[in-house]
Amino acid sequence: MRSHRLPVLVAAGALALGVAACGDEEKDSGSGSSGGTKLSGKIAIDGSSTVFPFAQAAAEQFQAENPDVQITVGQSGTGGGFEKFCAGETDVSDASRPIKDDEEVPICKKEGVAYSEVQIGNDGIAVTTNKQLPIKCMTTDQLKQLWEKGSKVKAYNEIDPQFPKEQVSLFGPGTDSGTFDFFTEEINGEEGNTRKDYQPSEDDNVLVQGVSGDKGGLGYFGFSYFEQNQDKLGLVSVDSGGGCIAPSKETIQNGTYKPLSRPLFMYPSAKSIKRPEVKAFMDFLLEKQAEIAEAAQIVPMTPEQLTKARAALKQAETAQ
Amino acid sequence: MSAESVPTQTTPGAPAPGVASILRRGPRYGELIIRTVLFLAALLSVLTTVGIVASLLEGTLEFFGEVGVGEFLTGTEWSPSFTDPQFGVLPLVGGTLLITAIALIVAVPLGIGSAIYLSEYARPRTRKIFKPILELLAGIPTIVFGYFALTFFTPLVLRDLLGMEVQIFNALSAGIIMGFMVLPTIASVSEDAMSAVPGSLREGAFGLGASKRQVSTRVVVPAALSGIAAAVILGISRAIGETMIVLVAAGLQPNLGVDPREAFETMTAFIAAQGKGDVPTGSIEYKTIFAVGTTLFLMTLAMNALSIRFVRKYRQVYE
Repeated sequence: MRSHRLPVLVAAGALALGVAACGDEEKDSGSGSSGGTKLSGKIAIDGSSTVFPFAQAAAEQFQAENPDVQITVGQSGTGGGFEKFCAGETDVSDASRPIKDDEEVPICKKEGVAYSEVQIGNDGIAVTTNKQLPIKCMTTDQLKQLWEKGSKVKAYNEIDPQFPKEQVSLFGPGTDSGTFDFFTEEINGEEGNTRKDYQPSEDDNVLVQGVSGDKGGLGYFGFSYFEQNQDKLGLVSVDSGGGCIAPSKETIQNGTYKPLSRPLFMYPSAKSIKRPEVKAFMDFLLEKQAEIAEAAQIVPMTPEQLTKARAALKQAETAQ
Repeated sequence: MSAESVPTQTTPGAPAPGVASILRRGPRYGELIIRTVLFLAALLSVLTTVGIVASLLEGTLEFFGEVGVGEFLTGTEWSPSFTDPQFGVLPLVGGTLLITAIALIVAVPLGIGSAIYLSEYARPRTRKIFKPILELLAGIPTIVFGYFALTFFTPLVLRDLLGMEVQIFNALSAGIIMGFMVLPTIASVSEDAMSAVPGSLREGAFGLGASKRQVSTRVVVPAALSGIAAAVILGISRAIGETMIVLVAAGLQPNLGVDPREAFETMTAFIAAQGKGDVPTGSIEYKTIFAVGTTLFLMTLAMNALSIRFVRKYRQVYE
């Protein structure tokens, strides 16, 4: 999930700053987006660990252009992020689901924190198999049988006689990952509910090696990582009652790839968005959302989603 | 090297002119500085060890404040990060011991065999070429061994050449390749021990009509046994503590079984994988790192203590 390009960008930014500091003639070191006035200040971001790579990538790119703005990005989880956000401790909250009307909205209201919901991208999980394993589609129930806590499924034909009699060899992300939380919640019905005898790794590359190396290999991870390795892997379509749908950019963006796709959000508070550095940062990340999404390995927004996100951001500026 | 062997022209009691300056009275500041610097060097390494043990102990004690020692040592399921965490360390210890055993099955015969060859059979010129090459094997970074096991040894040798049904991450491949990593340690240290056996013993045996094989196996090896044992134990310690090979090639699946074709997780691989993930500091998952680290430390410590005892007990002193 982590991009290796980011340190380079930061280094390039630091270098640009150094060069600018040396030349006396050049007064304006910002490269355009700050519009001549130098931005400074601190932005505190916290929330979903799924949005974290996106927020982190956006922060690093933004700081490369605006070195005086300090951005801290935490990953307390969506719930933990809202807790801090509603207490007024953070400027922007990352979320992998909308804010909860019955639990979180009242707290924010009570503390007088106004906000708006800005979509920043789409998340999708791909269920992948070894290329030699002829499983093209699974229902959510079959996925649950395979992955739920205490599952004793040893060969695929135990789930469906149509499936090959191949030993299962399962791979998935570790328990720290947002992908793990999302998959277990959607498929097994409860966050953290999973069989334990699978091989977990926080390193997606290890998962690809495992799935592509074992004949009975099956694993799940972020769709973008599948895209980069599609020559080595088979893809399983998911049937949640309405027929088999394969994950793709389009089906993840429009939500038809159910239930393993979802929009990702950032919530700026109305008070913070009035600060020029926060506004500039949010504008910046919407401007470059496609590029940042690629670096953070999430699915970017469609033009329509982007228009809506821009409108939501405008609304935050006028909210009280 | 003793003083007697140095030819001297002066008679005892009458120091030579050059010696006078050494015997001059008064404080020797240079000596004092050197002594202090050397003492500090020794102290630093001792303090480092103490510091490591202390930092391990702190986390370990916190861990055992939450998890019982009995549960940790006798539990058969290891799943600290899951929603109903289990803290039985046995699968990790089992994985470590299984892979270490496979490594030793490879490394001990090959290591001692090459040591006997180098010490007893090889011509000096052959030995001059062979030994550095063997020691070069010890210089290969273990991550390279790890990927060699995963991308070459498992798919091409075990699966294609030998037709074995192994999982892509498996103990067998990691263990065999780890054996090759440990081999130079065992070979080099055993060879040193065999070369140190006095030539007179060999000559005596030859004089009684012994063959080369008899001299090697019945005279030299027994005489060098303490050194060979120390070499093997050193190899065990290296195998137990090895991380990269198992992390890359053995998998991350806690497994209490004994089928080496399956994936296993060792203590070191667990520590590395857990430390690399995003475990929150201070959480119980974080503290498991210290508990497993202490277990590993105690195992290696026991090995080293055993090695010292072995050397003392079986050392044969000649001349």
